Amino acid sequence: MTPSDIFNITLMQGFAGLSLFAVLLLMGLGLAIIFGQMGVINMAHGEFMTIGAYTVYLGSVLTAEYAPEFMPYYFPFAIVAAFFFAFIAGWLIEWGLIRFLYQRPLDTLLATWGVSLAIQQIFRTCVGPKEVSPTLPDWLLGSWAPSEGLDIPINGIFVLSLTILVTLGVVLALYRSRWGLRVRATVSNRVMANATGIDTKKTDRLTFAIGCGIAGIAGAAFTTIGSTGPTSGQLYIVDAFLVVTFGGTASLMGTVVSAFGIAQTQSISEFFLAGSMAKVLTLSVIVLILMIRPQGLFASKVRH
Amino acid sequence: MKPTDNTADTYSPQRRQILQVMGALPLLAMPGLSFAQATAQVNTTKLAVTDKEVTVGQLHSSTGTMAISETGSIQAEQLAIEQINALGGVLGRKIRLIKEDGASDWPTFAEKARKLLINDHCAAIFGCWTSASRKAVLPIFEKENGLLYYPTFYEGLEQSKNVIYTGQEATQQILYGLDWAQKEKNAKSFFLIGSDYIWPRTSMKIARKHIENFQKGKVVGEEYYPLGSTNFGSLVNKIKLQKPDCLFVAVVGGSNVAFYKALKAAGITGVKQLLLTISVTEDELTGVGGENFNGFYASMKYFQSLENENNKKFVAAFKAKYGPKAVIGDVTQASYLGPWLWKAAVEKARSFDVDKVVAASANIELTSAPEGYVKVDPNHHLWSKSRIAVGLPDASFKVVSESPNLIKPDPFPKGYQ
Repeated sequence: MTPSDIFNITLMQGFAGLSLFAVLLLMGLGLAIIFGQMGVINMAHGEFMTIGAYTVYLGSVLTAEYAPEFMPYYFPFAIVAAFFFAFIAGWLIEWGLIRFLYQRPLDTLLATWGVSLAIQQIFRTCVGPKEVSPTLPDWLLGSWAPSEGLDIPINGIFVLSLTILVTLGVVLALYRSRWGLRVRATVSNRVMANATGIDTKKTDRLTFAIGCGIAGIAGAAFTTIGSTGPTSGQLYIVDAFLVVTFGGTASLMGTVVSAFGIAQTQSISEFFLAGSMAKVLTLSVIVLILMIRPQGLFASKVRH
Repeated sequence: MKPTDNTADTYSPQRRQILQVMGALPLLAMPGLSFAQATAQVNTTKLAVTDKEVTVGQLHSSTGTMAISETGSIQAEQLAIEQINALGGVLGRKIRLIKEDGASDWPTFAEKARKLLINDHCAAIFGCWTSASRKAVLPIFEKENGLLYYPTFYEGLEQSKNVIYTGQEATQQILYGLDWAQKEKNAKSFFLIGSDYIWPRTSMKIARKHIENFQKGKVVGEEYYPLGSTNFGSLVNKIKLQKPDCLFVAVVGGSNVAFYKALKAAGITGVKQLLLTISVTEDELTGVGGENFNGFYASMKYFQSLENENNKKFVAAFKAKYGPKAVIGDVTQASYLGPWLWKAAVEKARSFDVDKVVAASANIELTSAPEGYVKVDPNHHLWSKSRIAVGLPDASFKVVSESPNLIKPDPFPKGYQ
């Protein structure tokens, strides 16, 4: 073991932590809007990610079938499509279900859980129970090796850049756009916002749909890491809630910091302990901190 | 959008039938005693047997998370039963199949097993996939004196009068693979990686004993990850730190895809690193993708690409029924053996009674199995060959090594506990 080996492995380990951070943040972002801003406990969040993932798969199959020469370029378009499919699904579900339940958070929990089971069964019937993965373009495969013994995964770099892009987009939209202003007004005082002429119903619908659309982007990005099956969403949902709750529900900054903290704790402890033990350790630390700070890392300063 | 397309429908039904019967032809050569006997003679224990029909059960998950894996078994068992019926059935009686869904839930498996045995009086049941589901139904089979044909390769350490195990037990699959890695690839240090539940842990325990005590090699790492885990970044770095000669892997389910993608993304490919797995069959390989598994090795008893007449007919019949894109993995083939082994035992016993069929099962031979010749040991596991195959870019396997003889099943291996 030479010093350069140790240096390389330290670098790669640092990057492993960063890419786990990107994955957790991407999972949590959509939920930070829906759960954090709107207070809707959306148990179907994972299924919206799966919608995004299946969109990419569909894109890959269709491209291979009808335009094979387009294969290296389809992926970015598929991500945009994933956003829109999940957006539309979110829009419809808000219109058909969620809007009747805003005053009853526990009923929302039950209803969205029902929605998640229904969506899973639709996937199972329409796409089939087998897990699938799209054919990825070559530029997304393999590693970037700037020097001998140092391999940085390209899919990790991709997910990290996408996460930064989406996070910046969400921050800009929430704090610099008319929509963001309306959302923040509705969150801090619904009645007053209504009185000033904000259409809170429309704002709710758009917000929910955008949150779902971001979940779709997350799902699409995760096809570069794992496979997609009807129940894949279940794998993400716990982590997504963990990130948002731990960060403090109404704070976007909290979501970012909490994703970073969880990812680094897990990734570093995984390196020194066994995989399952690392998870136990990470969760214990989170439980401890939440016992001391039940409001999460960053509490919102507005009164509800 | 259906990935499992229905191109099979373009085959004419006649051609389909012909292909199926052709697939079953070699089985005609078996000692057939299919002249009809009086029902009172062949059934003294109130099983669901009439002059024309015998009822058997099928108990797999067609919904829930295990449906991914169990679909192949369901299809193979139904194909075998259709073929047997096309040849006139068992002891002159057509097989009637009652299908039950265990729904990937172990208490449901137990409840459905009770239903198939107590209400339906099934003469035999083909089913279960995970060890957890088998353990859930085992006490019921023993109490009600039922007969279960269990298809999956599993961790061993079990033997029941009421179960015939048609897959490999742990030592058959593991020891041959490790010896191959040592002799052919000169592997001395091993890194063991598995999903965190009973099968990988028991398998790795056996592997570690074999490497340390019998091969005098070294285990440089042993890691388990939660089921469904998709985060293997730190593990990859540990592998790079240890630089083992061989990765020995039993990662299952959705984690499989993430694991091999992570290896590929970190530059660990078949060219640079020897990897031997006991958990990737053709079914998993379709999901993992040929480009991610290219050059890695799997240890199994059956691969779809096996070159023999039995297998050619089996693959043709399977594809005729389920479409040209259908793939056949190790467990699917083992499931296909179940109904044929049962038929052979019933005809040898000249009775459907479970006690007599069990007594007749020992030393039953099947020359027509797609994997080649197999034999039932008195311990209810199969003698079978073990094989090593390398993954190709088009998501298929090429066999590179085969045990010269059938390997005796040894569910309670001495020196490995």
